[in-house]
Amino acid sequence: MRQFLLFIIIILVGFTFLGRLFYLQVYTFNTQNLYEDNAIRKVYDYPKRGFVYDRNGKLLVGNQPSYDVMVIPREVKPLDTTEFCALLKITKEQFIKTYNKAYNYSPRLPYVFIPHLSKEDYAVLQEKMRKYEGFYIQKRLLRDYQTTVGANVLGFIAEVTPTQIEKSPYYKMGDLIGKQGVELSYEEELRGIKGIKFIQKDRFNRDIGPYKEGKFDTLPKQGKDITITIDTKLQEYGELLMQNKRGGIVAIEPNSGEILALVSAPSYNPNLLVGRKRSRNYTKLYNDSINLPLIDKSLLRVHEPGSPFKSLVALTALQEGVINTETSISCSGVYRYGRRGTMGCHCGGGRRSLNLGIAKSCNSYFANAFRKTIDKYDNASHSMDIWSGHIKSFGLGQYLGTDLPIGKKGNIPDGAYYDKWYPDFNWGATTIISNAIGQGEVQVTPIHLANMTAAIANRGYYYTPHIIKDIESQEIDNNFTTKHQTSIDERHFEPVVQGLFDVYNKGTAHFLQVPGIEICGKTGTAENFTIIDGTRTQLTDHSIFIAFAPKDNPKIALAVFVENGYFGARFAGRIASLMIEKYLKDEITRKDLEHWILTHSLENEYAKPYSGGPFKINAQSQYQVIDLPKETETLNQSIVIPANETNR
Amino acid sequence: MRQTDRYFKFDWITILLFLLLVGFGWMNILSASHIGETIDYFDFSQPYGKQLVFILLTFLLIIVLLSIEAKFYERFSSIIYLIGILSLVGLFLFGKNVNGATSWYGIGGMTIQPSEFAKAATALAVAKYISDMNTDIKSFKDQIRLFIIIALPAILVLLQNDAGSTLVYGSFFFVLYREGLPKIYLWIIVILGLISVAALKFGPLITIAATSIIVFGFHLLRKKKPSIIQPIAMLIAAIILTFGVNFFYQNILQPHQQDRISLWLRLEKDPVKIEQMRRDILYNLYESEKAISSGGFNGKGFLEGTRTTGKFVPEQHTDYIFSTVGEEWGFLGSALVVIVFVLLLLRILRLAELQKSQFSRVYGYGVASIFFFHFLINIGMVMGLIPTIGIPLPFFSYGGSGLWGFTILLFIFIKLDSNKINEW
Repeated sequence: MRQFLLFIIIILVGFTFLGRLFYLQVYTFNTQNLYEDNAIRKVYDYPKRGFVYDRNGKLLVGNQPSYDVMVIPREVKPLDTTEFCALLKITKEQFIKTYNKAYNYSPRLPYVFIPHLSKEDYAVLQEKMRKYEGFYIQKRLLRDYQTTVGANVLGFIAEVTPTQIEKSPYYKMGDLIGKQGVELSYEEELRGIKGIKFIQKDRFNRDIGPYKEGKFDTLPKQGKDITITIDTKLQEYGELLMQNKRGGIVAIEPNSGEILALVSAPSYNPNLLVGRKRSRNYTKLYNDSINLPLIDKSLLRVHEPGSPFKSLVALTALQEGVINTETSISCSGVYRYGRRGTMGCHCGGGRRSLNLGIAKSCNSYFANAFRKTIDKYDNASHSMDIWSGHIKSFGLGQYLGTDLPIGKKGNIPDGAYYDKWYPDFNWGATTIISNAIGQGEVQVTPIHLANMTAAIANRGYYYTPHIIKDIESQEIDNNFTTKHQTSIDERHFEPVVQGLFDVYNKGTAHFLQVPGIEICGKTGTAENFTIIDGTRTQLTDHSIFIAFAPKDNPKIALAVFVENGYFGARFAGRIASLMIEKYLKDEITRKDLEHWILTHSLENEYAKPYSGGPFKINAQSQYQVIDLPKETETLNQSIVIPANETNR
Repeated sequence: MRQTDRYFKFDWITILLFLLLVGFGWMNILSASHIGETIDYFDFSQPYGKQLVFILLTFLLIIVLLSIEAKFYERFSSIIYLIGILSLVGLFLFGKNVNGATSWYGIGGMTIQPSEFAKAATALAVAKYISDMNTDIKSFKDQIRLFIIIALPAILVLLQNDAGSTLVYGSFFFVLYREGLPKIYLWIIVILGLISVAALKFGPLITIAATSIIVFGFHLLRKKKPSIIQPIAMLIAAIILTFGVNFFYQNILQPHQQDRISLWLRLEKDPVKIEQMRRDILYNLYESEKAISSGGFNGKGFLEGTRTTGKFVPEQHTDYIFSTVGEEWGFLGSALVVIVFVLLLLRILRLAELQKSQFSRVYGYGVASIFFFHFLINIGMVMGLIPTIGIPLPFFSYGGSGLWGFTILLFIFIKLDSNKINEW
């Protein structure tokens, strides 16, 4: 027995060791590749980020170098601090404070001593840098905006968040990534692929040379330049017109789906989010919960479409055969339905056919058309599904699938929607009659309306709206070159288009005509409410307008949405006419319209809900007249940025 | 006897295992100590170059050891022991202090660590004493004498601040036990160990309560009840031990030793503090465990270990050499090393049991026990199973004295073994 004690213990220890080894190396082992190995320092070589051009080849976004002064405290040798501080334009106290911060962070690791040197300071400092051991200059590329507009389209880049790093191992702490707009949508094309150098470290974190003689190192791959569909002049003009207003403009080229302008107001100057003041400016923009400058209203503002929706109601009714172009009703200024139901109409009253119904925006006419559509089948739910299908074929009530990173679905109700609302109630056309005039449960965003307008302009089809025109050595997504056919036959469009044309000729927008251009359009006015101190309070109606031009072979289709602008023709209609003229003629003949828009502000409207007191809306509301902005004359040379706002 | 027979009677399996360990050991020293991409094998300023010379000299040493008459080792064991003790004593006068331990003689540019040789000397002396016809291991007097033979070098080494080597002398317990040391000693050691660990881990009160339940429970269950004094005495001993251990831990151990034990027994509960302790006090262990773990199943490959190349594990070519094996050769390589060691130990044990002379058997047992202790403590420490104790891994760790000490230990036994035919 005695001779076995050591024998057994040796075997037990052997197995314990094997078990421990198995635990350490197999059980708790997580695949350690070169990238995760903290004995290897990874030095990245960042490629040039791709440039962004507009549809006319104008450079919108480029790159600019930025120079950071770095310090490795341990390597700092005694230096002439007075001279050094003078070069860096800091005081000696600042120098000591920053140095101590760097030292506390780590004596051995690089620390940003002064970020974003100006080019001039860099030039002077670079000459003398070798005198200051432990300090060196690190170059980084920042975005350089050649424009002051289109911030919502262009987006911006910023440091990656930990969540993004988790999702994509390509990104490392401190990398820059597109956060909004095309910078986000085309991040992979723009960023290129960074190069990497592997450097062997020792336990003091010092470099001891390239790992395996640089065998695994890679070179960076430059980012691709992209061209976007935006027409900068139109975008600039749109943003100018939307000054002191809130809302959005979406202009689309109907025969391609290219977005010509995507205006969101209020917006911001993209240069604010570059350089030393970036984080301060970003916080300011982010915290502005009233103007929401970082929110793209043209893509995200969900609202009732109002009267422009009537054109779809007409098309649906024609397609379903419940009306024809000759069908007419007599409008008495009010549409009565059921026992006590009424719907007001302000078309002026009289005999209304399809053409006049659209031109005068007669509520009664469309209530009748909608009712006939829903009453076509005994089962209202079934009819509603058919109606909903037609409307949705225009892209409404769903994500459009644009290449912009954000969007809203909006809402187009179907049979099931109301079955759920009225589970024990036999609902019918009159229950949901508001939908006939683009109110009630239908909800859209401005880009939905613009796309719908493009589909009408094309007489029955649309291309998914998109912002990308061309990517260097790469095809654009074929989703954007595929025709989407609506479920309405082409022959039904002509009378509706004629009606929209007559809106300008003899209807609600007759005073917005532009000489020499045949514009088709439709005004819209949407009631809206807010909650003030727990009370549902009505605000001035939203002003909505859709338009396309020329009538035949249209080049531009757009939707304008102005919050609390009252009548459709008042703000949105004027802006639409001006935008069309700007795009098609590149000069403004309707100076009166332009002058009116530039000198009228809605700021007083927007202030009302916050005023705390009672206020008047709609017709009782007063215009706020302001001075003409000074830049108007030099509009084409773009708006001048105050020097202190940017870092260049 | 024909000339060729003399070579065949050596135990070639042991020699093969020895060569495997020394060869593989050197490859790992090379990995752990080379700088840059180019390797000059005979660069004597680098550990791997020096170790290569040590290894070549070892073969010379082996030839000498195997040439000497087997009887010489038995006959001169007392003198060899005496020389060993004197060389340890001499350190107090001429010793050179390296890393806080006065364990080296400096001769020219070389250093020699006599404690590595004293182990072999002690093993010889113990074998000699036990195999003496007049020795009765059951007698208390002889137990005391044996204890003194073993404790003398152990205490000298401890006084030089080399606690790791002292611990190795504990391995002679296995030898004594094999040769008939009463079982009570084994029980005392086991109970001492259990009570000490329990006293630290669970505190004195729980330990004493548990001990009394066991002691009196055992007493009640016994059919032939001895006097009640016996359990009471045991309990009193346990109480004294419990408080003694706590006193020793808190008042006598140095803070860094306290922390090592505290981490090993997981006495500290605050995870932040634990992490900090691991990074501070157990920095070596922390890095060593990480290096081993990063090797995975296959390892990163010879000379490919990034943590080894980056010198992340301090002392990696000496006490922490096994972490290089772990990183570069992975689970496969490390398991192989563990298996080769176990095979070597078992082979020595088996050969020892086959010896006809008691001297050879006791010595062989001593060799196996000493190797086993080094194997247990070194690899156990590098993998974080036992508290940090600085002690080399035989044939693997860098160092001439260590390599020669272990070679002497092993090859004296191989010589003795080869001579067993002549023993009648």
